[in-house]
Amino acid sequence: MNIPAALKYAKTHEWARQEADGSITVGITDHAQGLLGDLVFIELPEVGKALAAGEPAAVVESVKAASDIYAPVGGTVIAVNQAVAEAPERVNEDAYGAWLFRLQPANPAEIDTLLDASGYQASIEG
Amino acid sequence: MTRQTVLNELHRRLGARMVEFGGWEMPLYYGSQIEEHHAVRRDCGMFDVSHMGVIDVSGTEATPFLRRLLANDVARLAQPGRALYSVMLNEAGGVVDDLIVYALQPGRYRLVVNASTTEKDLAWIKRHCTEWGYCLDIHPRVDLAMIAVQGPQARQRVWQAFPLSRCSEDMPRFSAVECGPMFIARTGYTGEDGFELALPKEQAESCWQRLQEAGVRPCGLGARDTLRLEAGMPLYGQEMDETVSPLDAGLGWTVALHDARDFVGKHAVLAQGQRWQLAGLLLLDRGVLRSQQRVLTAHGAGRVTSGGFAPTLQQSIGLARLPRAVSCGEAVEVEIRDRRHAARVVKPPFVRNGKILI
Repeated sequence: MNIPAALKYAKTHEWARQEADGSITVGITDHAQGLLGDLVFIELPEVGKALAAGEPAAVVESVKAASDIYAPVGGTVIAVNQAVAEAPERVNEDAYGAWLFRLQPANPAEIDTLLDASGYQASIEG
Repeated sequence: MTRQTVLNELHRRLGARMVEFGGWEMPLYYGSQIEEHHAVRRDCGMFDVSHMGVIDVSGTEATPFLRRLLANDVARLAQPGRALYSVMLNEAGGVVDDLIVYALQPGRYRLVVNASTTEKDLAWIKRHCTEWGYCLDIHPRVDLAMIAVQGPQARQRVWQAFPLSRCSEDMPRFSAVECGPMFIARTGYTGEDGFELALPKEQAESCWQRLQEAGVRPCGLGARDTLRLEAGMPLYGQEMDETVSPLDAGLGWTVALHDARDFVGKHAVLAQGQRWQLAGLLLLDRGVLRSQQRVLTAHGAGRVTSGGFAPTLQQSIGLARLPRAVSCGEAVEVEIRDRRHAARVVKPPFVRNGKILI
């Protein structure tokens, strides 16, 4: 299973990466895209929107169903990846490259509460 | 308890993602669902449809019995080998199931019904047979597996894989023939030409493998659903169920109301008349139509009954139950997650024989 050790994870299948400027980049895991199947539509949050941890932030729709994507940590949306909205299949092709949105965290330490790669792996298998 | 078809292990070996459907564990897709969809539109693909129910009804009184039981008239099956689509109604005019009935021989019919309703249908058929005092053999063919091979190249590939099946070469659409142990029907649920094959369970795996060697791509229920949606074909439980009149589900053409023949549900259907229409929707904004979404029209609200992304059209389409006054081409709005999205009313089918029709 493809779960990069450098990233942090939410049980709800989002990955989070802390950038040098302190912002957090968010996407969905390879495991999640495999479960969802071919993605055909992605609704991204508006830049400037404030989100609490665990709040629905985006929607990804596969051929079969719509799924909410949650903010793994609380913060303000500072960027969205318009390229994946235009070509949702990029998430299927490269789940860790095709990020969805970037947050400025309200509490920079909150990312430490997320799962590491082995914790996420255990949560999938559990 | 979830049931498995005889091909279950083969699907797993092929890497299928398995899901529960109608009480059965079935392949949703093997790789990309969209690629599977395109294979059927452009070349050919095959589906394990062994979860569907096959019920043979035989006896000298089979014709009068089915003329009373089904809303469409099996007397239209002028010669053996022809097929007819029909609904089976309850007394209130709701749809117990939709099915295809094949005339095999005089006094011998084959009904192919939905997976999730097979047990209910069988009980319904037997009950009416007893109540009406008919003497018939009602035989669920649990010994059979079914494989649907669909697409412009489907028939050619079947003939190539099974030379004996060439006895179906001159067969018109919506017909069937028995070639040895194989029942070959030129029917389907994709809007493409092709066959539905019924054969003894123990031959199913070798049949599948020979078709695969002939270049037929395995496809899952996911592609089956987007194909039938593009073809504008109703799905039991979505477009209709026991509470929906066939006239409100766009199935008026299958209900023979205006002759002397009486059948279960006829009086209720006539008394209620048509209250809704089943229309097609084309979503003009980005997003995806899904069943149960509300549709706002100038003539009142309706509801999406089936929706999804249409790979052939590269946009979202749906079927919807709308007020009768709504006309084709009209602009409507669909509520998707609290926001209203522009859509246009169109006449299904969206796609037939590989061509976009809207």
